[in-house]
Amino acid sequence: MAKLHVSTTINGEPQEFLCDADQSMLDVLRGPLGLTGAKEGCGTGDCGACTITLNGRIVCSCLMLAAEAEGQKIGTIEGMAGEDLHPLQQKFLESAALQCGICTPGVLMAARALLEKNPDPTEHEVRFWLAGNLCRCTGYDKIIRAVMETAAEMRAAR
Amino acid sequence: MDVHYVAPKTLDEAVRAFAAAAGTGRILAGGTDLLVQMRNGVVSPGTIVDIKKIGELTTIEETKEGGFRIGAAVSGAVLREHPKIRKVWPGVVEATNLIGSTQVQGRATPGGNLCNGSPAGDSVPAMVAAGAIVTIQGPNGRRELPVEKVPKGPGRLNLEPGEIVVSFTLPSRPKGSSDAYLRMIPRTEMDIAVVGCGVSLTIDNGTCTAARVGLGAVAPTVLLVEEAARALIGSKLDDAALAKAAAACSAACCPIDDKRGTIAYRTKVAGVLLKRTALIAAERAGGK
Ligand SMILES: Cc1cc2nc3c(=O)[nH]c(=O)nc-3n(C[C@H](O)[C@H](O)[C@H](O)COP(=O)(O)OP(=O)(O)OC[C@H]3O[C@@H](n4cnc5c(N)ncnc54)[C@H](O)[C@@H]3O)c2cc1C
Ligand code: FES
Ligand code: FES
Repeated sequence: MAKLHVSTTINGEPQEFLCDADQSMLDVLRGPLGLTGAKEGCGTGDCGACTITLNGRIVCSCLMLAAEAEGQKIGTIEGMAGEDLHPLQQKFLESAALQCGICTPGVLMAARALLEKNPDPTEHEVRFWLAGNLCRCTGYDKIIRAVMETAAEMRAAR
Repeated sequence: MDVHYVAPKTLDEAVRAFAAAAGTGRILAGGTDLLVQMRNGVVSPGTIVDIKKIGELTTIEETKEGGFRIGAAVSGAVLREHPKIRKVWPGVVEATNLIGSTQVQGRATPGGNLCNGSPAGDSVPAMVAAGAIVTIQGPNGRRELPVEKVPKGPGRLNLEPGEIVVSFTLPSRPKGSSDAYLRMIPRTEMDIAVVGCGVSLTIDNGTCTAARVGLGAVAPTVLLVEEAARALIGSKLDDAALAKAAAACSAACCPIDDKRGTIAYRTKVAGVLLKRTALIAAERAGGK
């Protein structure tokens, strides 16, 4: 059948693609667009490995139709680093807040969104905010600590 | 099968597209139920009608009467950020915000929660307690239904073919009013309610003058428990009144037995939750 033509913005760049009406955003990102940073852990909204931003809000790209991107602004992990890594990315590397790394793009996208909204979260707030990002490896403590430490450093740097 | 996606800008167009698709049309709000069901092969729509481009469905406004009209496709995150609703209807806002993770919150809507038809939908008992009126539009025009009249059974609704839920209207209320929602789940986040309880009430001089109670996950549909409300009204929410209201909630239950909770457990917890929720609502109302 005829594919849908979608014009959108991904990481600040205009982008066009073709998709099926029932194809997920995650499928299009990882397939035709070659942006494989977002991972598919479950495909049902439970794990958060596919987290992207849609007009600045984090969403599971597995639960979004690609067709919905028309005219919207999408952000993926590929757009997180500028010249340098984002402080969260740097901290995750330094403090080994990851093992296999499957959850990491989603965790980073979600953590950045939290710190943009709330630069000084409590540990409790971090844990609740990241409750939709499952990690099978780290046991979470290193992730939570890395986010808390980055938040403190980013506040100090301002 | 060919799948079509449309994102109309007006409600009329949406109703027309939905009706034209006959049995194979599906409304898409946040997609947090629909896309999971599509993936699991439970539903395979012919036409997907995305309602998020329609102004009336995606906005919140204060009504002339001093209440609020919440578009059916407003996400939980947007609802929480509204400066006024969370003060007047904290129970509706906290119930809607229990739905899923931060990622799910950015998408999931009260309209989808209601229309998915799950007896365990978290926002529904709070909407029932709040006395929300649902506006519905279909090929034969517009009508209104009290929210508790919308579900018919698990996954089934009292909507005619082609009808779309447009908005929830919360009434204005006197001073000394508030609401609350509590659910029982085995973990602290990301789970389905074993029992959910919403209470909205008004306290005047220490006496409860108005109350509504909604119960979820204990029957084929979310229940309005009028007996429990009657036990609270006229009381000072003393132990005897709370015990009577709790007993009414337990009596209203006809739950299922499953891995999340046995019939006996759900029935008991319904009463416990009623007491706790009523006290939180009363404290917020400034009465206890
Ligand atoms: C990880 C995860 C966790 C979850 N946790 C919870 C939870 O804790 N509590 C809970 O209650 N739910 C939970 N859910 C289920 C789901 O998120 C909610 O039911 C949500 O409110 C659905 O809203 P939606 O806008 O995404 O609905 P959609 O998926 O868009 O729609 C749901 C159904 O309603 C129909 N529909 C939607 N809007 C309308 C309308 N305006 N008029 C007519 N029909 C309509 C759709 O066609 C579809 O059949 C969870 C889901 C996920 C993926
Ligand atoms: S792949 Fe999207 S939440 Fe798991
Ligand atoms: S590092 Fe392996 S899932 Fe988190």
